[in-house]
Amino acid sequence: MRGAARALARFADSDFVYSFSRSPIAILSLLVVAVCILAAALAPLIAPHDPFNLASLNLMDSFRPPLLAADGEWTYPLGTDDQGRDVLSGIMFGMRISLLVGVASIVFASVVGVAIGLVAGYAGGTVDAVLMRVADIQLTFPAILIALLVDGVVRAALPKDMHEALGIYVIILAIGIARWPQFARTVRGSTLVERNRDYVMAARVIGLSRARIMATHILPNVLGPVLVIATLTLGLAILDEATLSFLGVGLPVTQPSLGTLIRIGNDFLFSGEWWVTIFPGVALVLMVLSINLLGDWLRDALNPRLR
Amino acid sequence: MAAFILSRILQAIPVLLVVGFIAFALFAFVGDPVVTMLGQDYTEAQRQALIHSLGLDQPFFVQYAHFMWAALHGDFGISYRLARPVAGLIAERLPATLELAFTASVLALLVGLPMGVYTGIYRNAASSRLFLVFSLIGVSLPTFLIGILLILVFSVMLHWLPSFGRGDVVHLGWWSTGFLTISGLKALVLPAITLGLFQMTLIMRLVRSEMLEVLRTDYIKFARARGLSDRAINFGHALRNTLVPVITIVGLQFGLVVAFSIVTETVFQWPGVGLLLIQSIAVADIPVMSAYLLLVAVVFVVINLVVDLLYYAVDPRLRIERRAAAGAR
Repeated sequence: MRGAARALARFADSDFVYSFSRSPIAILSLLVVAVCILAAALAPLIAPHDPFNLASLNLMDSFRPPLLAADGEWTYPLGTDDQGRDVLSGIMFGMRISLLVGVASIVFASVVGVAIGLVAGYAGGTVDAVLMRVADIQLTFPAILIALLVDGVVRAALPKDMHEALGIYVIILAIGIARWPQFARTVRGSTLVERNRDYVMAARVIGLSRARIMATHILPNVLGPVLVIATLTLGLAILDEATLSFLGVGLPVTQPSLGTLIRIGNDFLFSGEWWVTIFPGVALVLMVLSINLLGDWLRDALNPRLR
Repeated sequence: MAAFILSRILQAIPVLLVVGFIAFALFAFVGDPVVTMLGQDYTEAQRQALIHSLGLDQPFFVQYAHFMWAALHGDFGISYRLARPVAGLIAERLPATLELAFTASVLALLVGLPMGVYTGIYRNAASSRLFLVFSLIGVSLPTFLIGILLILVFSVMLHWLPSFGRGDVVHLGWWSTGFLTISGLKALVLPAITLGLFQMTLIMRLVRSEMLEVLRTDYIKFARARGLSDRAINFGHALRNTLVPVITIVGLQFGLVVAFSIVTETVFQWPGVGLLLIQSIAVADIPVMSAYLLLVAVVFVVINLVVDLLYYAVDPRLRIERRAAAGAR
């Protein structure tokens, strides 16, 4: 216990925390991100209405205007959609899915990317050349295009009813595949440096296996930049998912993310019910912008050259 | 120079072969055309005959070679969804996408470059700060939201501009253009802004940071000491030296323009190749998907080549270095 308390005290006293407390943008972004995560995590408990409970929906409540409009009411602070679902509750549940898909796809991309980067950097030679060439070729194509094509291929390969059930995993796979090269390139770069250090030499001399050296000796020393890239790519991954869902090839309608909400709301733009699409859009932009600003700050804070 | 171009083209061939392989693998491993074509009742002999006539009993790499050979001749098969040759479908929709991408890029350059120069020269002016805030918004808004907002303001609220389609088009041979009619030009405005905004803000920020860097250097001070006009210094000396990174980024970003044209075309129901791709993915129309993949790969390879060649036009140092390297050998 005392050790943990001391570690905490040391952390509170570190440069990292100091530079955080001096950056109003970082504090504000962290606040927004925290609110988003809380709203998403606690959505079933704190959302004012349950958009999935068909029994609680009433068509009489459809297209109630938000508080911003002259005749808005407190029951539905951000208005309701065509089925009488509360937009605010929809956003909270949508954020849940957007964040889940974003985080899961980045975890997937970083595991694949780190593994490939480690192997390429440590093995060198042909293995390195082939793996990095693949990464280079993939990087010339925009990530969203890769994700779109992976999604399209899996959609074609799976029977339709299976795709409905597996939709969320397909999207995670598609975005993960689209985003691995950046992780691989960074990790390969640091591995090339670490590989020639004395401690790796020592590990080789005492006869440890290659896998063991990579996993227990090099890996901990190359993970620093991975955290920064993961934060910066998380915002992009969430936008990837929103874009795919907006295009109608993302998640099935039974699991509406923010992108799905925006697509559905887009149909009502012309009849004047702007709140159905604009509020989920604002929520998406606020969340992604905060994550990006936090990532920028993290990059500057962890980079000793910029101090 | 010729050797350089040749080596670049040779480097591009493996890329195209790999992408072609993926496009072919889509055909080979996803779905079974034989079952689809035979329908409900068939005998084993009929099945074998069809497999033979389609060439599906040949070795994998022979089939791959056939596929690439056909693709080289512009034959990408027949769309499952529309039952028409894919090459024709794409050719008929390509002008719409190219005109949109071209207009968006020109718009991005025409607005982004002067704004970058301006914010680089007057970096502390209030208007520069305003431009920067504006560009931050441009970078963080996803493309489809920009489109939705523009439609909301200019179509739904103000009724100034159409929100979907291409307007009237004029056919010049097989090329259909929206540049020649009023409604075509009006229909182009919102999609072009939507697609170009991201690139515009990117160009602006890039030119600005490069200008800030270049304006600090000695040769700019020297040019000032020689009494050259501000105009000659800013544009003749400073801007020219910022262009190499700008060309790189703009060229490589053209890939993003292609990708986001898919999104823009969906928002505005623009009848281009991107909309065709989305409609095809939704129903797993493999021939269209693989043709699109090949087309995009070719476009990217060509762009990378053009970017490399533009370096030579802009930066004389590269020409001298190459000559020196050749001489040393």
